[in-house]
Amino acid sequence: MTATAKSNIPSSSSLSGVHRGHASLSDRVARSLFIWPAVVILLFFSIFPLIVSLWLSFSRIKFVRGGVEIIHVGWANYRKILLGSEQPRLLGVIGQPSLAGWILFALIVAALIYMMVHYVRNERVTPIGFGLRLALNIFLAALAWLAVSTISPNGRPGALIVTFLYVFVGIALQYLIGLGLALLTAQQLPGRRFFRVVFLLPMMITPVGVAFMFRMLTDTVVGPFSPVWKAIGLGGTSWVNNPWGARAAVIIGDVWQWTPFMFIILLAAIEAQQVEPIEAAIVDGANRWQIFRYITLPAILPVSSALVLIRMIEGFKIIDLPNVLTNGGPGTATESLTLSAFVFWRTLDIGGSAAIAYILLIIVTIISVAFVNLVRRRFSEVA
Amino acid sequence: MQMIRFFRSSSPFRPSPFQMALSYLILGFWTFVVLFPIYWLVVTSFKLPSQVTQGPRYIPFVDFQPSLHAWQYIFVDVRNDTFRPYANTVIVGLVSSALALIIGASSAYALVRFRYRPKLGLVGIFIALVALCVVAIAINIPWQLAVPIAVALFIIAIPTLGPRMKRSLSNSDIAFWMISQRILPPVAVIIPVYVLYQQIGNTTGFKLLDTRLGLIIVYIAANLPIVVWLLRDYFQSIPIELEECAQIDGASPLRIFWSIVLPLSVPGLVATFLFILVFAWNEYLFALFLSSSQAQTMPLTVAAQNATRGPQWWYMSVLILIMIAPVILMAIVLERYIAKGLLVGAVKG
Repeated sequence: MTATAKSNIPSSSSLSGVHRGHASLSDRVARSLFIWPAVVILLFFSIFPLIVSLWLSFSRIKFVRGGVEIIHVGWANYRKILLGSEQPRLLGVIGQPSLAGWILFALIVAALIYMMVHYVRNERVTPIGFGLRLALNIFLAALAWLAVSTISPNGRPGALIVTFLYVFVGIALQYLIGLGLALLTAQQLPGRRFFRVVFLLPMMITPVGVAFMFRMLTDTVVGPFSPVWKAIGLGGTSWVNNPWGARAAVIIGDVWQWTPFMFIILLAAIEAQQVEPIEAAIVDGANRWQIFRYITLPAILPVSSALVLIRMIEGFKIIDLPNVLTNGGPGTATESLTLSAFVFWRTLDIGGSAAIAYILLIIVTIISVAFVNLVRRRFSEVA
Repeated sequence: MQMIRFFRSSSPFRPSPFQMALSYLILGFWTFVVLFPIYWLVVTSFKLPSQVTQGPRYIPFVDFQPSLHAWQYIFVDVRNDTFRPYANTVIVGLVSSALALIIGASSAYALVRFRYRPKLGLVGIFIALVALCVVAIAINIPWQLAVPIAVALFIIAIPTLGPRMKRSLSNSDIAFWMISQRILPPVAVIIPVYVLYQQIGNTTGFKLLDTRLGLIIVYIAANLPIVVWLLRDYFQSIPIELEECAQIDGASPLRIFWSIVLPLSVPGLVATFLFILVFAWNEYLFALFLSSSQAQTMPLTVAAQNATRGPQWWYMSVLILIMIAPVILMAIVLERYIAKGLLVGAVKG
């Protein structure tokens, strides 16, 4: 597929093949007309809000008669979130990690150290590359420590860790289910068009609607599965009153909604594979697993990494599902960072809201830039 | 040819009967997972309140006698509360998606076919001036003074400093910048926009908060990166020869774009339009911040059912159903376009 597509793409040298040379005034005006509307809109809605947001995050805003009064408060908003009164809500309550937590943390640190060693040994080491990787690994290790120490018997995870849980557990499940369904649907089964259309549907449904649906479905009294809950002795208890039950409900809703996105693009990628290598493999007597492992998987890795990146970027923005499905509760157990920022804004703490938004922005940027540079580039080279 | 057909049909895509049965079992299970919540929604919309609260009833006419009371309530009793947000959603969704598609398509095309070389230094100066403006307004210098001075400084800088600068950006830098705007968490963007809308409303009397126009502008900005991302690769796959012929015949860039490129790209345009329409249709966060009553869209109306007198599943089901019906219909009709349109972007993205 890529081969046929690429032959049509003009090489970068012929980028301006059309409309080069005699650039008359009308041509130059036309060129500007093509690109300026988009540039202006994006400037207004990215550069400007980013600068204002940064500045708001260092201020306190009071709504007074006939306008707003803005007081510069320095780092107070960030201090409140990271160290002060709102720390339990955003970062969580730090407890003594359980044995499993320690093991998990040790494994993560070991993996990070292994990556560093691998990099120093096998790649050209530059001071900047080394420094950035070291900083990233320390950041990831700190996050891992925060995760295991707040998800512990006497700790309580805050919005930051809960958001990471939504993103990573959600994406892992979506990818695995989506890949499995795509592989099954790619077979020459009668009626596969039906499955393709049906599996696409959840993606179209508004997340608010999904949230209500799953509230109905997880209701242990009037929901459709209440006989099941009664049978196993859980009738009358509510998922939504248990912190982990509520978080699971949010993740299930998210997986239900976004598995189609993974499914449909992975299916298209699998169907766009070249047939010849698979034929050759069959002639050589390869079994299904070998064909998947050595032919299909490498062929879909670039698409997969793009999918994970897209879902990661979108996943960090999650607000509708926790807000409607569980109202952020019980307490603030299911709050995501975006939802926290909204709650702060609703209570007119606009500075605090902007500070949370900025923390989220920094985290998303670090994670996506690291992902693009460390994971995606490698997969694209392989293909 | 015969050989290839033979191999294809015996390829691993052709499973044995046992594998086929297992595949159908798993696919059937996921079909149930997908369809059951939707089925439950439909069933609940025909139930009386008592039929919901007394525990689950599964099959209409067998378990319970369906009733149209919820539909009647939504469509007749409170029809204004239903139709206004519905009209808002339709108008905001269609207008913002159409405009985002036009603006985004033209800049995606420009990034593929023209060469732009903005100077890095000028971009830096521009951002610095914006920052200075914000600071100036923050320390109570009136914006009527600060903004024109900044604009004037920038206009002076273009011819004087511009030619001396060596480093310039390329088309792929511009494209990367546009697409990366999707990374910005909307919540970081929306607070200043809210303040801006409020200030515009206070100083000039031009109302943007809680209006369709205000929402449309924000949705265009939010969807532009997606349009540029998906269509840039689509336009790249269009053979350049046609456009060269047209240029020799004396067609202007605008005309080439309008009568050659766009008609050739209809599948990509359809997929992109559907994709951004679904985003605008279901969008929750921006609407939550920027609209309260007049411009309220359906996601807010549905979410608001929660606050009043506990969850009234029957009304909610009707609202969700009428909200998702159009997009689901479109998805069923346009399924093929969606997969293809998205794949092109995802491979190169």
